[in-house]
Amino acid sequence: MTTFFFFVLMSLGILIGVYLYRVLKGPTIFDRVLGLNGISTKAIISLIVIGVYFDRVDMFIDISTGYALINLVGALAVAKYLEEKGLP
Amino acid sequence: MIFSYEIILLLLLLITAAGAIMVKDLMSSVLLLGSYSFFLALVWAWTGAVDVAFVEAVVGAGLATVLFLLTLFRTAPKDTRLRRPLPSLITLIVFPLVGVLLLYAASDLPGYGDPNSPASVHVSPTYLEQSYQDSHTLNVVTSVLMDYRSLDTMVETVVIFASGIACALLLRRHG
Repeated sequence: MTTFFFFVLMSLGILIGVYLYRVLKGPTIFDRVLGLNGISTKAIISLIVIGVYFDRVDMFIDISTGYALINLVGALAVAKYLEEKGLP
Repeated sequence: MIFSYEIILLLLLLITAAGAIMVKDLMSSVLLLGSYSFFLALVWAWTGAVDVAFVEAVVGAGLATVLFLLTLFRTAPKDTRLRRPLPSLITLIVFPLVGVLLLYAASDLPGYGDPNSPASVHVSPTYLEQSYQDSHTLNVVTSVLMDYRSLDTMVETVVIFASGIACALLLRRHG
């Protein structure tokens, strides 16, 4: 079972790499914002999988919840910035 | 495991850090720094430092992004593109040498999770065994932070409070 979760973590890492390409390369700002959101959802899921991997899910659930909330705040800040300032 | 998961995370960290420097736009740089903090929190969580991971996720990925955006909103001129000269020859020579020196020094450190390393033999067992009798707190980290180092924590809180007030004064809307 540990091997299974390890491979889940590996494939999540590869998926994060795909999103990261879009964040680095993205021609417009919206590509980057969408890529960052995708990275953060994958990061939340891999946090929980790390928790299962170490048999300490109860602590990791807390972090991932805080992570999701904070990520929403960050996305809102970016949206507010783009609304008031216009596109760069 | 032969192939460690840490390697992927550290590679992603390196890529995001380099990207945040290389990218031409300050806004994209802020976004890349946010993803850098995400990966750093994953590294902390993987090494078992859950508290540090939580702080990194909240402060690094959330608060720092919002504060950077606020700064950009207040200060950025119309054109946020960066023009930066190429690094000089001395930089290109000296910095890899410093990196090699640090790697050489790091090869002397005790291994990760080594039970005989000085850090886990010297005072850590004392705290782990006696903190409950001393402070009647179940969490050792909390008892160290709030009991053994309470004065230190109090002054840290004063510093953070003062800097928060300074930020609020600087960032408030005029009129």
